[in-house]
Amino acid sequence: MKHLKLLLILLLIQVLGLPCFAKDTLKLATTTSTYETGLLDYIFPSFEEKHDVEIHIISVGTGKAIKLGENADVDIILVHARGAEDRFLNEGYGINRRDVMYNDFLILGPASDPARISKISDTAKALKRIYKTKSTFVSRGDDSGTHKKEKLLWKKASLKPHGKWYLEAGQGMAATLRMADEKNAYCMVDRATYLSNESKIRLKLLLKGDQILFNPYGVIAVNPYKHSHVNYEMAMNLIAWLTSPKCQEMIATYKKNGNLLYHPNAANPIIVK
Amino acid sequence: MNYLTDGLLMALKIIVSCDKQFFEIVFVSIKVSFISTLLASSVGIPLGIFLAQKKFPGRGIILTIINSLMSLPTVAVGLMLYAFLSRQGPLGHFGLLYTLSAMVIGQFILILPITTGLTISAVKTLDRRVAQTIIALGANSRQRFRMFIHEAQPGILAAIIAGFSRVFAEVGVSMMLGGNIKGYTRNITTAIALETSKGEFALGIALGIVLLTVAFAINVFLTTLHKQTT
Repeated sequence: MKHLKLLLILLLIQVLGLPCFAKDTLKLATTTSTYETGLLDYIFPSFEEKHDVEIHIISVGTGKAIKLGENADVDIILVHARGAEDRFLNEGYGINRRDVMYNDFLILGPASDPARISKISDTAKALKRIYKTKSTFVSRGDDSGTHKKEKLLWKKASLKPHGKWYLEAGQGMAATLRMADEKNAYCMVDRATYLSNESKIRLKLLLKGDQILFNPYGVIAVNPYKHSHVNYEMAMNLIAWLTSPKCQEMIATYKKNGNLLYHPNAANPIIVK
Repeated sequence: MNYLTDGLLMALKIIVSCDKQFFEIVFVSIKVSFISTLLASSVGIPLGIFLAQKKFPGRGIILTIINSLMSLPTVAVGLMLYAFLSRQGPLGHFGLLYTLSAMVIGQFILILPITTGLTISAVKTLDRRVAQTIIALGANSRQRFRMFIHEAQPGILAAIIAGFSRVFAEVGVSMMLGGNIKGYTRNITTAIALETSKGEFALGIALGIVLLTVAFAINVFLTTLHKQTT
């Protein structure tokens, strides 16, 4: 019994943590897509070692990540939804946004392609066909960056998708992709997630390359003038690292199944209308 | 379709290879659940004994409330505490969101009704003469309390095990308050959720198998502890 008590006390100390011995930590909220492709596990360790810091990654949709930034529950965010990012900056929640990298969205669909979009290069046109033929389409439906982008695309095509053919998954990118695959439906997916799941799905890549489908990622520090407790200095260190030539080179060469996933662009931001 | 066999093989492989990351995950599950169970038991058991003994107006309502709180949804606890622990919430300045402590608090709230409620029924089912004899023999309140724990031991142990099993297997609180941070708050269940969403079903199943194994080992441990003390 005595040993048991000792053990429990030790556990208690471990969980509550002794703040004075604790390593410096940096809380980062980011999107499910960057996390699940393994990129962050590849580029963060050397930073953590150099600055003797632990990065706590909370991977959620972009909408939630921004919300966590607004509440200052995290110190820094890495997201992809330019409109929402600008609002975040304009309302004073975040400062020092930098471009980090981009990839692009793709539209996948069943091999039979009932809406016949494979020969089209204009996204709005393709969505109109899906809409007209009421072909099943699986949406993220979770207010993530991808979902925001998808809603924007429907809006640009002057359509309001609804009905039995339009399914809102309410899940992460990979889970949504898998649902679309199971239902043999159309869906929009970022290239990185597509490439890391390509071998597991039957859906075919039907539309790519439209400029509106570009997907830029930005990193933003939470404003320390609004919330004094945030780890602002370390957040800025991380921004410096992400935009440094060395890290940008790592991003440029990060491969999964032999495919490049992201294009670094800290030095030359692209503008997506 | 071979997820099950793949999962089994992978579970074996992971356990045999002593993968460090994997043991970190298991250890997070064990320590958080242990502490939340310990805290919930040390509050719930005395509270349960008290409520089973004392008669006072409104007791019936309290018992009903405790019984219904036993089916408290994990995400509801997660959401409620999230609002409290977020930096913008009333307890925000402690900076507890996405820490192990937040998980412990959430799990504590989740199972307090279970340990309390099951202790109440364990004590209530005792022969009424037990209480009368204890009092007649002139035991003070401290001695009475110890006697009740001794007499109702099997039921109380069941309360502890039920509480532990609930927190060990829950995912809602851990995900919402812990944030599934790798190497810190990621536990077995949130890791399963993550691997499933990534489509790594075999790894998810492997983790599920390990969860059951660990739960089994802990239950065996608690039961032998019970046998030793009686």
